[in-house]
Amino acid sequence: MLDPDSGLSLTIARIVRRLQGSSLHSQLERQARVSLHKPEIKLESLKEDIKDFLKTSGWEKKLQNAVYSELNVFPSPCHPAAPPEHMKEPLAYMRKAQGSWEKRILKSLNSMCTELSIPLAQKRPASEQKELLNKWNEMGTDEPDLSLFRPVYAPKDFLEVLMNLRNPNYENGEQPSFRNHLGLIQVPLKVKDIPELKEDFSELGLNTGQLGIDDSAQVPPEFFENEHVRVGQKVLAEQDSAAAQQYVRQGCPTALRADLWALILNISNQPEDILYYEQLKSNVIQYDLLVDSLIYKDVKLTASNDDYYFVFEDYLYQVLLCFSRDTSVLEHFTYSSATPPKSYIRGKLGIEEYAVFYPPNGVIPFHGFSMYVAPLCFLYHEPSKLYQIFREMYVRFFFRLHSISSHPSGIVSLCLLFETLLQTHLPQLFYHLREIGAQPLRISFKWMVRAFSGYLATDQLLLLWDRILGYNSLEILAVLAAAVFAFRAVNLMEVTSLAAAEAVLADLSTLKVMPLLQIFLFATVT
Amino acid sequence: KCGLAGPVLDVLSRRPGWQQAKDEEEWDFLWCDVSWLRENFDHTYMEEHVRICHFRNHYELSRKNYLVKNLKRFRKQLEREAGKLEAAKCDFFPKTFEMPSEYHLFVEEFRKKPGITWIMKPVGRSQGKGIFLFRKLKDIIDWKKVRKTMVEKQFLERGNCMLFLSQDGVRTDEQKDETQIETYVAQQYIENPYLIGGRKFDLRVYVLVTSYIPLKAWLYRDGFARFSNTRFTLNSIDDHYVHLTNVAVQKTAPDYDPEKGCKWMIQQLRQYLTAKHGAGSVEVLFADMDNIFIKSLQSVQKVIISDKHCFELYGYDILIDRDLKPWLLEVNASPSLVASSQEDYELKCHLLKDTLHIVDMEGRLTGKEKRVGGFDLIWNDGPVSREGNLGAPVNGNFMANTHLGCYNDRKQQLKQLFRTLSAQQTA
Repeated sequence: MLDPDSGLSLTIARIVRRLQGSSLHSQLERQARVSLHKPEIKLESLKEDIKDFLKTSGWEKKLQNAVYSELNVFPSPCHPAAPPEHMKEPLAYMRKAQGSWEKRILKSLNSMCTELSIPLAQKRPASEQKELLNKWNEMGTDEPDLSLFRPVYAPKDFLEVLMNLRNPNYENGEQPSFRNHLGLIQVPLKVKDIPELKEDFSELGLNTGQLGIDDSAQVPPEFFENEHVRVGQKVLAEQDSAAAQQYVRQGCPTALRADLWALILNISNQPEDILYYEQLKSNVIQYDLLVDSLIYKDVKLTASNDDYYFVFEDYLYQVLLCFSRDTSVLEHFTYSSATPPKSYIRGKLGIEEYAVFYPPNGVIPFHGFSMYVAPLCFLYHEPSKLYQIFREMYVRFFFRLHSISSHPSGIVSLCLLFETLLQTHLPQLFYHLREIGAQPLRISFKWMVRAFSGYLATDQLLLLWDRILGYNSLEILAVLAAAVFAFRAVNLMEVTSLAAAEAVLADLSTLKVMPLLQIFLFATVT
Repeated sequence: KCGLAGPVLDVLSRRPGWQQAKDEEEWDFLWCDVSWLRENFDHTYMEEHVRICHFRNHYELSRKNYLVKNLKRFRKQLEREAGKLEAAKCDFFPKTFEMPSEYHLFVEEFRKKPGITWIMKPVGRSQGKGIFLFRKLKDIIDWKKVRKTMVEKQFLERGNCMLFLSQDGVRTDEQKDETQIETYVAQQYIENPYLIGGRKFDLRVYVLVTSYIPLKAWLYRDGFARFSNTRFTLNSIDDHYVHLTNVAVQKTAPDYDPEKGCKWMIQQLRQYLTAKHGAGSVEVLFADMDNIFIKSLQSVQKVIISDKHCFELYGYDILIDRDLKPWLLEVNASPSLVASSQEDYELKCHLLKDTLHIVDMEGRLTGKEKRVGGFDLIWNDGPVSREGNLGAPVNGNFMANTHLGCYNDRKQQLKQLFRTLSAQQTA
């Protein structure tokens, strides 16, 4: 076992390595140099004085935020001798499964490519470039012929793969019964039970004020809401990431949400960030990728048909097309179990010098992918800021929802958590649904993969995502899914088919997320 | 009795204790359309308890040219009585000129501001019919010529009927018939509308007036924002679909997809604006909208024939510009009660149910209520405060009793209300 001290020094070394050479580093240096002109800085106590200066001018806080961000995103190193695959995914069978899943996706993409004789990437002719530049703010008005394109995969295809996951070292010869797991996921991962969840999510308890419950019309604002807003404004004034993350566990006031999320994700929209976005944009203009058509199709099929997100269609293209070309996203593959697909320049198949990652960011979009971006359009209207927020949300959270890993926030664990919660606390319902061929996960899977985007009302979804950011974990998605089933249990007990069960759970738009979570975690008799 | 199908009929049919009257039968409550009103109101005797859903001369508010006249007159009055600042609160209506009678005044204004866009709207028609935009005088000179010959023709045919309107006083029905054919208004087009996702939208808000003298008005919490299907640009003046946000017009646009639904509930809009501009600016915006409702009703207060049998549900069309200033586009006395989706159907049913609760043919209310279901009382011969009982003196911080775009928990409120009322009655 790694002793805590060397673990800490490894972490520190890693963070220092990552922050060195970053723009924050050069800014801090510049600030320190500038401060030399100030009268408070004396030669005798140079180091101390500069440190004090950085503290009072808010730069130390920025450094703190950056360090906090790194801690949040990167997992702690397991062991100095562990190979890099272990940071991606410690369990070998999971790595293997992810690998074969990726091969399947890539095969599907390549075959579509050959069928339609469209290259994976090509440079646009000058006239097309000019046209696209003119239409940049209204790409939604384009009506390209997308009938021949199909999404590379849909969530239900992914579910089939997850259902077939098995740990080769685990012998489970018994028939499924109440003594073991009755659900679709049959891998022995450790998931939390309700007492553990209650501890983890203690701020959602009955005695703590929440936005989404204690700001309703019946409750006078003096009880909770006004004070909560005041605290939120203070947090923003202090510009403290860690405090913000703690604060949003009780929900964000609508007016402060955009800034609070940006603070937690450590996004400040510096000039170099805007420049980076512009570079990506010019990349989009110059080159056409096959995945662009997949993105178009996805947006047209999902977000454009949504009653509330259809308005943001143009923004979605502006974000997703740039996203596919952003090679900085490749960094997240060091801690993701996935590996970016490789493609080869025409005629040089197999020759490593001619291998490129395809798409450049290594992420192949699937059916419903654009729904990750749509709710963010409610908060951010400037394209480069919207883009950065989405990218950060993706490399912190969303990537775990469509890759096979043993991480507690990975989709496999979430599915298992959901099924376990349901089986343990609503056994009758679970058994009944299983008997009629309506395994609960078949219905809730799509909710979790999309982080409930497009299923809940927007304000409720944002309250849910507040908590994802606050707890830096996606487990709340599984808890909510179970809470929804618990809420509609009476109706579900009466259905006799999968289709009927789907119908009972088809419309979640009237649900209030926080009361459901509170009741399920804190007010149900266990 | 009900002249219209759809949510109105459904709500009335399902109301406990109510029965639909057959054709020749006597009725206690009538939901009619305005043409019936015009033909029959004057010859119908109504007993004390009878209620009808329109005021005799609602067109003072709903006809664009009359509304303009009434607002202009009211503004002058306010300036005389209370000064320029107070009168400026009436500046929520874009500069409008009646055509062809105010043609010369219009040309004067047109020449003062060259290059801006104007919109021509027929006064009597709805759903976006007959509307067009123009920037050059030439565009309407031709139009005027055509109209003039038509007008002259009609003038000769009708002998010595008055074609143009008197400045005030009640207009006769024949005069209105003629103006129905001919009169348009030319209005300054709002060139900087607030855009969401590059699209223009307008708001539909519902205001219920149960009496004009004294003025008693209720504001419904729900409403919706209607989006144009295409991106806004001033380059395509001829493209009706870009500029007109009526659902009726959008439905015929080539890329209209009924599944898409181009409406947002006002709650959604309020959330979006709060996230973008902060709660303070949004409060100011909604307070400005309250001002529009009240001032517009006050401007016709003295002109509308007050009749205790009448009540009216108005649909206000509001446009917000990029400085977050609301503009009044028009007032509909017969807002569309046809539903375009399930959510829409529910909204309209609830709206109508609550309207019937307020009209209170069952005689359940005490008259002191400040809220019934989704309706908040916003004017009771004076502003209504959120705090305190109705009629109590206003003290300290006055907060208007309006909740447009706020949470609408009408079911609970109604349950509580009726429970209290029946308890009071048995006591």
